[in-house]
Amino acid sequence: MERFFIGFALFVALLFGASLYRIAAGPTVFDRTIGAGLIGTNAVLLLVLIGVLYRRVDMFVDLALTYALLNFIGIVALAKFFERSRETDR
Amino acid sequence: MNWLAVTLMVIGGLFLAISSIGLLRLPDFYTRAHAVGKAETLGSMLVLIGLAVHNGADLTSLKILLILGVIFITNPTATHALMRSAFRSGVAIWKNNNAADK
Repeated sequence: MERFFIGFALFVALLFGASLYRIAAGPTVFDRTIGAGLIGTNAVLLLVLIGVLYRRVDMFVDLALTYALLNFIGIVALAKFFERSRETDR
Repeated sequence: MNWLAVTLMVIGGLFLAISSIGLLRLPDFYTRAHAVGKAETLGSMLVLIGLAVHNGADLTSLKILLILGVIFITNPTATHALMRSAFRSGVAIWKNNNAADK
């Protein structure tokens, strides 16, 4: 079971590569933002998995909850900011 | 109980992989947001349910289910807000230029 969790955490960490490619090569700024959001959601899962691996789920679950809320606030703030800045450019 | 958790997490990991492949391969911002907003939500929910099943009936499992509820509400909302902002900013919509069936 330990080995399965290590493999699954490595798999989730491997999925960061796709988002990093989209952040580096995305044509618009919204592609980069949605790549960052995908990294944030995967990081929540990775935090709970690390907590299971280190047998400290009761601590890591609070960190994961905070991370999920901050991820949401950040993405919505970025969406509002980029929309308004585009409209004032035109 | 163990096998239930492993099965849920493997199916969730499959959905996470589909979401990342969609973010890489799809041609447009809106289609990419579609891949992220739905497949990613379902995959993370399945993985979190698997982790809660592995943890057993506990306060920690209740907190994991709280994370599940937060992701279930906020991930599609954030994707929708981002897509609305992109549409209002005039990001171009992809059109299939080499359609063979005409």
